Amino acid sequence: MPRTVRDVVFVDGVRTPFGKAGPKGIYHETRADDLVVKAIRELLRRNPGLDPKKIDEVAVAATTQIGDQGLTIGRTAGILAGLPQSVPGYSIDRMCAGALTAVTTVAGSVAFGAYDVAIAGGVEHMGRHPMGEGVDPNPRFVSEKLVDESALFMGMTAENLHDRYPSITKQRADEYAVRSQEKAAKAYANGKIQADLVPVSVRRTSPEGGETGWGLVTADEPMRPGTTLENLAGLKTPFRVHGRVTAGNAAGLNDGATASVIASEDFARENGLPVKMRLVSYSFAGVEPEVMGYGPIPATEKALAQAGLSIDDIGLFEINEAFAVQVLAFLEHYGIADDDARVNQYGGAIAFGHPLASSGVRLMTQLARQFEEQPHVRYGLTTMCVGFGMGATVIWENPHFEGDK
Amino acid sequence: MSTTAELLKGAAELFPGEVVTQAHVRHFDLPLGAGRFALITLDNGHDHTKPTTLGPQSLANIDAAIDQVEKEAADGEIVGVGVTGKPFIFAVGADLKGVELLKRHEDALAIGKGGHDVFKRLSKLAVPTFAYYNGASMGGGVEVGLHCTYRTVSAALPAFSLPEVFLGLVPGWGGCTLLPNLIGAEKAVSVIIENSLNQNRQLKGKQVYELGIADALFEGADFLEQSLIWTASVLKGEITVERPAIDRGEAWDQAVAKGRFIADSKVHGAAPAAYRALDIIAAAKDGDLQKGYDAEDRALADLIMGGELRAGIYAFNLVQKRGKRPAGAPDKNLARPVTKVGVVGAGLMASQLALLFLRRLEVPVVLTDIDQERIDKGVGYVHAEIDKLLGKGRINQDKANRLKALVTGVLDKAEGFADADFVIEAVFEEMGVKQQVFAEVEAVAPAHAILATNTSSLSVSEMASKLRHPERVVGFHFFNPVAVLPLLEIVRGEKTDDASLATAFGVAKKLKKTAVLVKDAPAFVVNRILTRFMGEIQNVIDEGTPVEVAEKAVEPLGLPMSPLVLLELVGPAIGLHVSETLNRAFPDRFTVSPNLKAVVEAGKRGFYVYDSGKPELDPEVAALLKQGDTVLTEEQVRERVLDAVAQEIGLMLDEGVVAEAQDIDLCLITGAGWPFHLGGITPYLDREGVSERVNGKRFLEPGVASVPA
Repeated sequence: MPRTVRDVVFVDGVRTPFGKAGPKGIYHETRADDLVVKAIRELLRRNPGLDPKKIDEVAVAATTQIGDQGLTIGRTAGILAGLPQSVPGYSIDRMCAGALTAVTTVAGSVAFGAYDVAIAGGVEHMGRHPMGEGVDPNPRFVSEKLVDESALFMGMTAENLHDRYPSITKQRADEYAVRSQEKAAKAYANGKIQADLVPVSVRRTSPEGGETGWGLVTADEPMRPGTTLENLAGLKTPFRVHGRVTAGNAAGLNDGATASVIASEDFARENGLPVKMRLVSYSFAGVEPEVMGYGPIPATEKALAQAGLSIDDIGLFEINEAFAVQVLAFLEHYGIADDDARVNQYGGAIAFGHPLASSGVRLMTQLARQFEEQPHVRYGLTTMCVGFGMGATVIWENPHFEGDK
Repeated sequence: MSTTAELLKGAAELFPGEVVTQAHVRHFDLPLGAGRFALITLDNGHDHTKPTTLGPQSLANIDAAIDQVEKEAADGEIVGVGVTGKPFIFAVGADLKGVELLKRHEDALAIGKGGHDVFKRLSKLAVPTFAYYNGASMGGGVEVGLHCTYRTVSAALPAFSLPEVFLGLVPGWGGCTLLPNLIGAEKAVSVIIENSLNQNRQLKGKQVYELGIADALFEGADFLEQSLIWTASVLKGEITVERPAIDRGEAWDQAVAKGRFIADSKVHGAAPAAYRALDIIAAAKDGDLQKGYDAEDRALADLIMGGELRAGIYAFNLVQKRGKRPAGAPDKNLARPVTKVGVVGAGLMASQLALLFLRRLEVPVVLTDIDQERIDKGVGYVHAEIDKLLGKGRINQDKANRLKALVTGVLDKAEGFADADFVIEAVFEEMGVKQQVFAEVEAVAPAHAILATNTSSLSVSEMASKLRHPERVVGFHFFNPVAVLPLLEIVRGEKTDDASLATAFGVAKKLKKTAVLVKDAPAFVVNRILTRFMGEIQNVIDEGTPVEVAEKAVEPLGLPMSPLVLLELVGPAIGLHVSETLNRAFPDRFTVSPNLKAVVEAGKRGFYVYDSGKPELDPEVAALLKQGDTVLTEEQVRERVLDAVAQEIGLMLDEGVVAEAQDIDLCLITGAGWPFHLGGITPYLDREGVSERVNGKRFLEPGVASVPA
């Protein structure tokens, strides 16, 4: 049977506002599965042309797949969101690149012809599921020195990345972080972020976090607008004495969920769905786990090679800011300035937060909005580093591209 | 301190045990840039198994929350105020435990006024108010929302009602006045009167919206979020809430008249609550809310100080609590599993029992009878009933297949019962027949199997007496219609052991029946009291009182039906049979009416004909009646009947037929449908002085089902 690979598009993406993990965080008493459910329902409301019966898959990523993130959350979230029982679902895990992998995995199935349209997203409630919850690393990792002991501690891997790029100083990392906060605040002021957020009702019974009772979350909690270099200079470097990585130049521990609609371009057009981005290529790459922040570089190399593009063809970058150093390493590798206007125009995870497996779709949603506003840009990419030494990159084409005018 | 706060403080002191509901105020920005909003969450700090109630301290907390938002609204700090509840519960109304404690009219008045004073502030803030009915909403909970400017309701809301009339109150925190002014008198009467008097029927979220009580309906998954987005749109003027105009003309009066008709048909004027509520609804026609609130206060106070409400709360607690934890039942850990049920007999009663066991236990049920034809008919009945359930969508095809496969019929008891854990007989009411059946079953059933009898009047001990293992025989007396009446009298025979009894109670619970432990005494509880009651009615008729006088004499009790209509329902022949049984046991108190005998012998199935649309004495029956010449007044008949009932109950308690008067009342409520406002019957007998007159003492201490001393 002859097969034709089909064009795959990013139809739409939404997310919950991100919260700070912990007892004072906005989502401390909110279930992780409820966060995904709200995002899926918002997608359906925003896209009335999408008949829920036609959804072929619900892929939901979570790093810690137990409790309210377990029980095959892609399936349970679909039922909880009110999707027909005929719509299947599954769970995905690639740690930080979970939602990104959910997108590429369903995209592969769409291209192959197995699906016409799918929901892909992710969730991480790091308050209810702290990093490392329930893990049981094989002792051979250490006994056979398969990985360095720092590999499991992301902050340490970031310090290691600073070692690899001695030119990336703490000063540069802090400057990058200040800019991220500034850009995020500006994006908020210009209404670039709110339009893709679904409000979430949250209950608080403990006065520790503030007023009790039901509230409504409509904005990201982790943001620190007005952050200055001076603010950051004095922060502790918890991962290494006299180190460079601080809470200020890294993403925090966060709660949140994202969801997107991925479809074949034909399906989207036939059903009157928006086409916000067209998938060009995607790639994953492994690196030494102890410098996992290096991962986006080889992943991007592969993705560019597949697409027959060079880094110069990329007009917009959405790089997950797990750590400032990891973004800076990427930029340094490709000879891009730290403050290049193409990079993370709305700011990044340092400001918004990084609920691990949910973040990939946030990058895509923001890139999609930038595409819409910048029709002179043809290609953009979303990339992120992944725990245990990986990188993940997706290259997208702007369907609004107006050619080289 | 405001007068309201003082009033509530005083009320709270009378009710130290209140489960206090907090009114949390939380502020946030609404979506769409609609502005700062204050949301009040009603929460008693427990999970959904302990629903939020509104006692005096709770009201004071809401009052304080409103103090806060009132100021913020006046100062322009907020654009709106919302009220919602904890997960799954909005609020389920006043705390009845607090109502039970009230001893003085002025204290009762304070509760009504306190609620009004607090809630009506919600309609007088400088900003619009919104109620979000997120979960179970009853009584005062519903009323909180009625005082708000707008309401939304969750499609997942399972229960919404104004149940006050059901208990013996009126919706007295604004419900009687506001609801008809919101949705019109006809719908309000349906909610306040009709639903309450129909076993406290509950509305679901969608119906709340369709009735116009709520302005918007949102699905449960993101109910609060969507409600708040809707709120933002309303506040920004993007959504205009339009409510249909209310017909304040003749339709209003007709609706009230219909309400009176419904009340008459249910309580026959015997309980005041429905009528008081209707009076207020009638007066609400002019839209004068304060006048309505004042009338609610008075009605509430009068009713709280009245015996009907106290009996109503007592009855409610019996059904809700004692009905679920039967007095005297053995340790449930002694119960043996029941994995297969046998039914001896395949007649209508046996088939109904088979269906019930099948649906609730979902284990194999095997019917036996004396010939294949009867068996086929019995199994056919069960299959047909399953198909009906399937047709109505109550079960799906898989469940129907499963249930049908579980029910079988065999001629050979040995084949059918060899592995049954529980065998119930529903054969002809004759001791010899039943003993024979049990002997046959014992010969083939496993040694541990419970042998249960659905006898309505025969001695369980005697039935067991010829068995090798009489300790496993229990009485399991259902009431007709089995699917409707909740009562199950569980009879302990002389030799019944605890394990068998525990198993019987375990089965009863699975059958979702209200089980009451009863001693093996003639006709047990309900039939004995009803027969004594009927017997006196028949006696006075036989002696010469006209039938209609005898019938009307007990109307003030507000029983579900008149005595002779009840006899028709039971069947005159069965009534006669029970009266004969009881006459043999207690010849001095139970008579066998010659007229009833004549009616039965003439093959009549009832006393009335309904050709004119209402019951009229069947001329053929009238011709059979031979009456004496002692004509009593209604009052005399009533006294005689009530005296007889009081005497009989007194004797039953002396004999230890049940543990307490509470069990008698529970039986009458759940097995005979006797009304809440009578509290079954003993609160009424106490209230009317009958107990004192006949037995020299009350059945219940003051305060148990009456205003405390």
